[in-house]
Amino acid sequence: MTQATSQPMKIAGMTPRAVVVALVVLAVAAALPLVLTNYQVGLATEMLIFGVLAMSIDILAGFAGRTSLGHGAIFGVSGYVVVYATAQAGLPPLPAFALGVIAATLVAAIFALLAVRTSGVYFLLLTLALGMIVWGICLRWTQVTGGENGMRGDVRPPWLVTHQAFYWAVLAGAAVVSYAMWRFVRSPFGLTLLGIRDSESRMRSLGYNVPLHLFIGFTVSGFFAGIAGALYAMFNNFVSPSTVALAQSVEGVLMMIAGGVGSLFGGFVGAAAIIALENAVSAYTERWQMVLGVTFILIMIFAPEGIIGTLRAVLTRKQR
Amino acid sequence: MSEPILTLSDVVVAFDALRAVDGVSMTVPRGQRRAIIGPNGAGKTTLFNAIAGMLPPTGGRIAFDGHDVTRLPPHRRAQLGVSRTFQITNLFPRLSVQDNMVLALRGRSPRKFSLFGTPDVDSAEAQQIAGALDAVRIAARADVAVRDLSYGEQRQLEIALSLVTAPRLLLLDEPAAGLSPSERSMVAGIIRSLDRDITVVLIEHDMDLALGLVDLVTCMFEGRVLVEQPPDEIRRNKQVQEVYLGRPRHA
Repeated sequence: MTQATSQPMKIAGMTPRAVVVALVVLAVAAALPLVLTNYQVGLATEMLIFGVLAMSIDILAGFAGRTSLGHGAIFGVSGYVVVYATAQAGLPPLPAFALGVIAATLVAAIFALLAVRTSGVYFLLLTLALGMIVWGICLRWTQVTGGENGMRGDVRPPWLVTHQAFYWAVLAGAAVVSYAMWRFVRSPFGLTLLGIRDSESRMRSLGYNVPLHLFIGFTVSGFFAGIAGALYAMFNNFVSPSTVALAQSVEGVLMMIAGGVGSLFGGFVGAAAIIALENAVSAYTERWQMVLGVTFILIMIFAPEGIIGTLRAVLTRKQR
Repeated sequence: MSEPILTLSDVVVAFDALRAVDGVSMTVPRGQRRAIIGPNGAGKTTLFNAIAGMLPPTGGRIAFDGHDVTRLPPHRRAQLGVSRTFQITNLFPRLSVQDNMVLALRGRSPRKFSLFGTPDVDSAEAQQIAGALDAVRIAARADVAVRDLSYGEQRQLEIALSLVTAPRLLLLDEPAAGLSPSERSMVAGIIRSLDRDITVVLIEHDMDLALGLVDLVTCMFEGRVLVEQPPDEIRRNKQVQEVYLGRPRHA
């Protein structure tokens, strides 16, 4: 047997090459504010936040084989709680942040309880419906959520008020969270999600409680989406029903698909590509959503594996 | 004979009016090799699904190793030591052979809940996996993705997945289905070389293969047990010949 006899050197579970790549990417990302305008730094911040959201969706879609259309709502709940806790309840930013993530995790757990026994299009529709309920609550519960007007609040701590400082904080947060998600999908538990994706019935007959595994996977994924949502609330100092709307979930899913389903880090690539495109195109035409739609159709036809998946395929072809 | 490990009492599995398994009782002693034969539609695979827990019986009782498992879900039965293969190959096609084996192995270990742990197998696990892959003779293919294996190799892996956990009851659902004659004799060799502590119940259409492997044969017909006899007597049994070939017509 070849396995397990000679383990290659690992640093925190990563090969030396992966460590170098990660450090270079981080260094480049950290240097960006030195050359970008404030507006562009804002865009980069947004890309990081949505990258985390797209990755959290990919945990379910790419690994457990279940695409959630409810993650925008989980993301948004976290934002609502953060803004409410600071602006209305007067909590300091960090406890508010923690509360937001906890609330999102709880909402994800409730979604999970209802959705884990389904798969395929039923999972899609059930998560969609659950997301719509959250959206409806945010829209109608006016005394608490501010209804259609949303809520404004100074959510950022004083030391994160500048664009640059906030960007660096988000970058650090995104780096830690990405590492955690990477560890999660590669862990023994992550392998069980892949097993469920490939054959639920085999997993059951091997002794796995499939719904329990999906419940844990969904809740952990919601925890990460909640972190993205709390960061987004701090980024905007504002939440409104559009933060929890279906469009938010769809955007997250599209970013994940554009990056590459199951590629995990593709979430950042997809988020960057779509946010850049949105901004570039909307400068020229009101109909930027149409251009976005066409882009997606082109991706689905010519690069269904997403940007990362296609790059990987091209690279392996070249190596042969 | 030693004490029974599997006892079915009057098990019924009904789909509305259709009673696919209609009052089957049988007792399998520990360590026995048992074949379940019968024509298509006799209810063999449905009975397997009832034993493994995929289809809870609509009536009767199933006891495994002193536990009443009639209402237990499949994963709980697996944890008690019931392991099965599938008639239609049921593997994890996008994962490597190695990862398939790791999943099989960890189904009964708490390590499956390690959320942020390292993916590496420890040396005990590696040994068990190597042993099972050796037993089914695909040790050299550990790093290949399952969808790139030949059909025969996939059938071998099918057995390896159910073996690696050291089960106490192994349910083999047509282990040789669709294999070439040489592959069939290899599968027969694999089953013959299994540890005698493992109780084996197998469904097989290939009579020569099945009868050469087992101590006792249960022949099912239309959801019921027709006869239960040792292989030699089954070969000569008129009833069995009739259900397979039809009643001889008298002029």
